[in-house]
Amino acid sequence: MMEEDSLSRILYVDLSRRRFWVKERPELFEKWLGGAGVAIQLLKEECPKDADPFGPENPVIFAVGPLNGLFPIASKTAAMFKSPLTGNLGESYAGGRSSIALRMAGYGALVIKGSSETPVYLAVHEEDVHFREASVLWGMRSSYTVGRVIRGREPAAGVRTIMRIGRAGEKLVSYACLVTETYRHFGRLGLGAVFGSKKLKALTISGKRSFKFKKPRQYREVYDKIFEQLVTSPAMKKYHELGTAMNIGPLNEMKALPTKNLSSASFEKAEDISGESFAEKYLGRRVACAHCPVSCVHIAALREPYETEPYFYKTKMISYDYELIYALGSMLEIPSPPEVLKLIDEVETFGLDAMSTGVALAWATEMQERGLITETELSGLRLRWGDAEAYTKAIQMLVEQPNDFFRALARGVDYASLKYGGSEYALAFGGNEMPGYHTGPAAHVGYLVGARHSHLDGSGYSIDQKWSAAGRQPTAEDVAAALISEEIWRQILSSLVICYFGRGVYTQEIVVEALNVAGYPVSYQELMKLGAEILKAKYEFKFSQGFSFEGLKVPKRVLETPTPLGFISEDFIRESVNLYRRKLESL
Amino acid sequence: MVYRRLSVVDVDLCVGCQCCMFACNRRFAEAGLSRSAIHVRSAGGFERGFVVTVCRACPDPPCMKVCPTNALELRKHGGVILKPEKCIGCQNCVEACTIGAIFWNKVEAKPVICVYCGYCADFCAFGVLKAEPLEGEKK
Repeated sequence: MMEEDSLSRILYVDLSRRRFWVKERPELFEKWLGGAGVAIQLLKEECPKDADPFGPENPVIFAVGPLNGLFPIASKTAAMFKSPLTGNLGESYAGGRSSIALRMAGYGALVIKGSSETPVYLAVHEEDVHFREASVLWGMRSSYTVGRVIRGREPAAGVRTIMRIGRAGEKLVSYACLVTETYRHFGRLGLGAVFGSKKLKALTISGKRSFKFKKPRQYREVYDKIFEQLVTSPAMKKYHELGTAMNIGPLNEMKALPTKNLSSASFEKAEDISGESFAEKYLGRRVACAHCPVSCVHIAALREPYETEPYFYKTKMISYDYELIYALGSMLEIPSPPEVLKLIDEVETFGLDAMSTGVALAWATEMQERGLITETELSGLRLRWGDAEAYTKAIQMLVEQPNDFFRALARGVDYASLKYGGSEYALAFGGNEMPGYHTGPAAHVGYLVGARHSHLDGSGYSIDQKWSAAGRQPTAEDVAAALISEEIWRQILSSLVICYFGRGVYTQEIVVEALNVAGYPVSYQELMKLGAEILKAKYEFKFSQGFSFEGLKVPKRVLETPTPLGFISEDFIRESVNLYRRKLESL
Repeated sequence: MVYRRLSVVDVDLCVGCQCCMFACNRRFAEAGLSRSAIHVRSAGGFERGFVVTVCRACPDPPCMKVCPTNALELRKHGGVILKPEKCIGCQNCVEACTIGAIFWNKVEAKPVICVYCGYCADFCAFGVLKAEPLEGEKK
């Protein structure tokens, strides 16, 4: 670590007692770097074995790493907690200004313990920590408004993060997200609901520190090299131009775009909701996370008339990404950008995870279509594929939970299908709803075995696509080996904490060079060893909370719809899972 | 020597990445923001775009006029040069700047003032910033 680096300072906040204190933990950051590596250690320290995800004993941990604030696109914050959705490891990342703010405020991690009796928001301005009254903000319909109020009340515009939950978090929807800077999210696994259970409406952090180097010239050299690649490489250009939505077209073409609750893997209206279509007709602005010149965040301008008065319009700015267009577009057969955007806006207003919400609505639609639930369960709603208006109402009901069915669905499709049936097409893996890739076996095995049951664990979707392009049929061994080796390296990236979009630029050599500048004299081999240890630590936590590879369920629907690599069999998936487990055990 | 100032070419090109702010701090080969003389914030939420604040290098700078110790000297063709040894840290200059382009370094208790080097513009990938010759330098 660098001399005088504030990374090893951890801010502890106890909401129950309204106290805070700082602990210096250099040994933790020297061994585990930061981000995921440090967060999992803190989670193991703080989270009891049988913790109730909504109990005061469930801690929320935010952590950054040694490269945040030093190098571009190291712009993410790791969050860990016990997930109310899976009842196990909650791990989620977001950019915005979160990572820079926490680092520049002079902390490597923030641990939030306990829970408040009345609504509060937390304001951390470097050394000052305030527990602010949030009763007025509680119950506000829109998370946008909450952001607006806090922006006006708190100092440090430009160098702060404002994280907040919406109604979904307050109402403990298991997949409520934590919104930051309006358009970025700790999206998955229900961090918003954990905030809600703590009566913690928002968290703002700000700071303006600087860090000195032993070898200043080397710092600028490594910096310039990384920056140059980030602004010139074609891979980065794509993220900037069309954003992640660029993937809709290619994935649809290769028949890997989950459609209509994955009864199909291509959508006939895909072209209409492609990245090109969104950009040409609706793109209003592109924005970036702090300290990232890529600027992948795409915001549509949607002009809508008020029905009550002629020539009276509002223009809404709504951010879109691939996963959102999948979950609230193709998955529900919504055929046009304005309708997809309106659903995204609704999800954003309430602070829901878009992916889980889309999968939940798709499952409910199929259930109703098959007559397993009726309009009684749906409080009079008739869900039809492509009917955005009905889905808008359904999203509101997911949040308000007027009856048993919506209360169940607010806990995820896994839980709801246990109560109402239809588990064959309840698309959840380890309790987490499916991401938008039906690319082949590596994607699905990755969702199952991944520590957070996400496509970002091991990036099976990307591995599948490489095999497809090469015309190669993978074996179960190939799947397990590719996933685990990618996942080990990803532990390092998510400990530093580098955005995965920059993974092509942050090669082994660059990461080692950057870490050397930051006062970590490590080799690539040492990093891989550490990556394996971090991964093991995550599974240790998972096992202690009741996870088992044997207990994983494979939704039948995945086996019924062919992927670009053909049909997948359950046996193949089980074999791959077993091989992955053995590889993990031998790390 | 050509006297320059920094100008914001088109603020609507700004994506709010703040790479300019980090670049400014790197002039001292330091990472972070405490010594940055340029500031980017949202114009009331990311949906509304950004406000980029840089020193305009005024020919008759209000910051200079309120300095009780003459620590700010007028630069040829506009702008000021800080003489840190004269500065008593009163922050009058920060208050006086109409556009808020003088920042405060808490650690050193001194103002942070643009030196018009243009290093930030080199790290603006979107052409928001440009270092251009001052009026008196234009032919």
